[in-house]
Amino acid sequence: MTLDLPFIWAGLIAFAVLAYVILDGFDLGVGILFPFVKGERNRDEMMNSVAPVWDGNETWLVLGGGGLFAVFPLAYAIIMPALYAPIIIMLLGLIFRGVAFEFRWKTRRGQFLWDWAFAGGSIIAAFAQGVALGALVQGIPVANRAYAGGWWDWLTPFSVLTGIALVIGYTLLGSTWLIWRTENHVQRRAYDIAAWAAPATLILIGIVSAWTPFLNVIYQQRWFGWPQILLVIPVPLLVMLTSYIIIKGLIERREASPFLASLFLFVLCFVGLGISFYPHIVPNSVTIWDAAAPDNSLLFLLVGASVLLPIIIAYTVYSYWVFRGKVGAKSAYH
Amino acid sequence: MNIFDPLVLARLQFAFTVSFHIIFPAFSIGLASYLAVLNGLYLLTKKPVFMDLFNYWKKIFAVAFGMGVVSGIVMSYQFGTNWSVFSDKVGPVLGPLMGYEVLSAFFLEAGFLGVMLFGRERVGPKLHFFATLMVAFGTFFSAFWILSVNSWMQTPAGYAINANGQFIATDWWAVVFNPSFPYRLVHMVLAAYLTTAFVVGAVGALHLLRDRSNQAARIMFSMAMWMAAIVAPIQIVAGDFHGLNTLEHQPAKVMAMEGHYDSHPDGAPLILFGIPNPAEKRIDYAIQIPKLSSLILKHDLNAPLAGLDTIPFDRQPPVAIVFWSFRIMIAIGFAMLGLGIWSLWLRFSGRLYDTPLMHRAAILLGPSGFVAVLAGWITTEVGRQPYTVYGLLTTAESVSPIAAAAVGASLVAFLVVYFALFGAGTFYILRLMNKAPQPHEPGLDPDEPIRAGGIMPAPAMDAAGARQAAE
Repeated sequence: MTLDLPFIWAGLIAFAVLAYVILDGFDLGVGILFPFVKGERNRDEMMNSVAPVWDGNETWLVLGGGGLFAVFPLAYAIIMPALYAPIIIMLLGLIFRGVAFEFRWKTRRGQFLWDWAFAGGSIIAAFAQGVALGALVQGIPVANRAYAGGWWDWLTPFSVLTGIALVIGYTLLGSTWLIWRTENHVQRRAYDIAAWAAPATLILIGIVSAWTPFLNVIYQQRWFGWPQILLVIPVPLLVMLTSYIIIKGLIERREASPFLASLFLFVLCFVGLGISFYPHIVPNSVTIWDAAAPDNSLLFLLVGASVLLPIIIAYTVYSYWVFRGKVGAKSAYH
Repeated sequence: MNIFDPLVLARLQFAFTVSFHIIFPAFSIGLASYLAVLNGLYLLTKKPVFMDLFNYWKKIFAVAFGMGVVSGIVMSYQFGTNWSVFSDKVGPVLGPLMGYEVLSAFFLEAGFLGVMLFGRERVGPKLHFFATLMVAFGTFFSAFWILSVNSWMQTPAGYAINANGQFIATDWWAVVFNPSFPYRLVHMVLAAYLTTAFVVGAVGALHLLRDRSNQAARIMFSMAMWMAAIVAPIQIVAGDFHGLNTLEHQPAKVMAMEGHYDSHPDGAPLILFGIPNPAEKRIDYAIQIPKLSSLILKHDLNAPLAGLDTIPFDRQPPVAIVFWSFRIMIAIGFAMLGLGIWSLWLRFSGRLYDTPLMHRAAILLGPSGFVAVLAGWITTEVGRQPYTVYGLLTTAESVSPIAAAAVGASLVAFLVVYFALFGAGTFYILRLMNKAPQPHEPGLDPDEPIRAGGIMPAPAMDAAGARQAAE
């Protein structure tokens, strides 16, 4: 039996991207919420809740980008120029919010500047990621192993909608994270914000999901063709069940269940995307086997990845586990 | 050179983002090792001043490392956005090496950095020292893979080309340990050590000028000057070997470095200074020593050396940039050596801490390592032109099919953002350096959260410890 290395790597890259989206999603969400919570002490508390983990979270983005280059160079070479503007804008947003973690504590006079850098960078990065996702879903023209579209193709009503949807979705993740990890004023604000972010996210998921099949006939077949509809029908059913758990948790003032259910909602959306895309990596034009580097390249990196990735994951899980519990404004680690 | 050409803009953008990025790793590779040495010296001697120094430099390391992380995220996307054809063609060979770099950096960030920065009280001195060593080792490992990638682009080996026109690996060992890699690795790691040593030396000198009895300042200055005296000459020798390797594999680069437009059949002169004149293909106002270049490069006064007249014009690197950047690097190298020798003389006559003129010179040379590193990289990267993969793939063929307006706009955005944000970061670092190291130097402010260092086990342990204490 031979290993289907492109398939294995597609799974690993998908895992890295999913890990990035749900992990950085909640800490970007905390940044998005910064303007909605007043008081430096409260903001200290919010930032402290994600400070120990944000950089590890963002490293999954490097792993996704670097991994794509390593194992699916053709896809990397097509997608990056196609999404040129949103990718660059996302990177600039991430730089702003990344340095804010460090610099906000180095100055008192300029602290408000870094508050704005943190919030603005988070919102811009989230919106650009959503736009990039929408542009990818709506399809990328390819000719001769290269992107063959124009420089503004990424900007469409659909991609703007997905951009807004992701900002709102990250807001839901961020607010439910804060519900789980903070107390008193910040937690009460987080409940207020989650109360509208949750329904808004669900409505936007509904609109995007309803729109997607009309973008491309292949998506329609994936979702409505017989008999695979039997395989995909659990996804929308689970979305409904998860939505119910989120709303119920918020109404009953539960602390952990809204966040965990919101995470699961993102996982379901990601699975939905996977159903639409597979087996393509660039929708409708390049499959994972077309884009894959030769097997010896995939194997060479897989050796290292299969040793290091489990250690990294175990370590990440362990850190989150022992770091559970409420965060005070000044009690991050003493 | 047309500034509105998308190729030129893409090159400028890559040059700018990678130049900004290399400054931080060049500093943190050296500083990580310095921290490991300080930690080890404290364990060995139990003198509190070494722990004071460790805590002093640790704070600076945290800021520099954070800036290296965020500028590094940009680099992992630059290849795809601006050099998509290059990415498609070299991905199968270079992608896995970059993948190893990302994995090892990730491992380092997730693992040991947090313990090093925050965990001494929690994990005990031995495990803390081990974590510090692992951070130093991890930064080295990152450099190892990135330099292997760059060296393969300079001296490709162990590859074949498939039906899609992609490079594929036939021998991974030959790919990783390609002909120029060992030389480049040694030269760059030594450069990182020297860069850090001169920064440490300048900070020590600054505080000696203010208070020459400051014990911590004396020690850091003394250690930095030992490095200057010992590593600067080693680096010059290593650089010479690297140059001979370049002559063997990339002769056109050496011709541009030397300013040899013409071939010299019986001994080539060493041009010390002059002004390259690309139109007339000669060096104007050249000050040169006859036959010395042949002696250095071929170890024979009369050895013939080919010039750029043997290379087709469209395969020549731009001479002026390479000529100047090479001389800047060399001049700084010898200035470093000079300071090292001066420090030895003062040390043995007992005046190392009492010579303000020398301390001022050390401050002046404080940032010189960064300039030398950038000048060296400009020499080797511009000298590789017009190729990205030497002799096989041209830069013009590598670029993304992107309109000049898009590349130009993103370049302007990077310029503005980098100068504003990393300018602020540099300001905060300089402010930390401006404070004198104190006995009982505090670590990171415990009221601040943890920012740069990835997933931190130390706060986790603190939280767990606090919980256990409460129960």
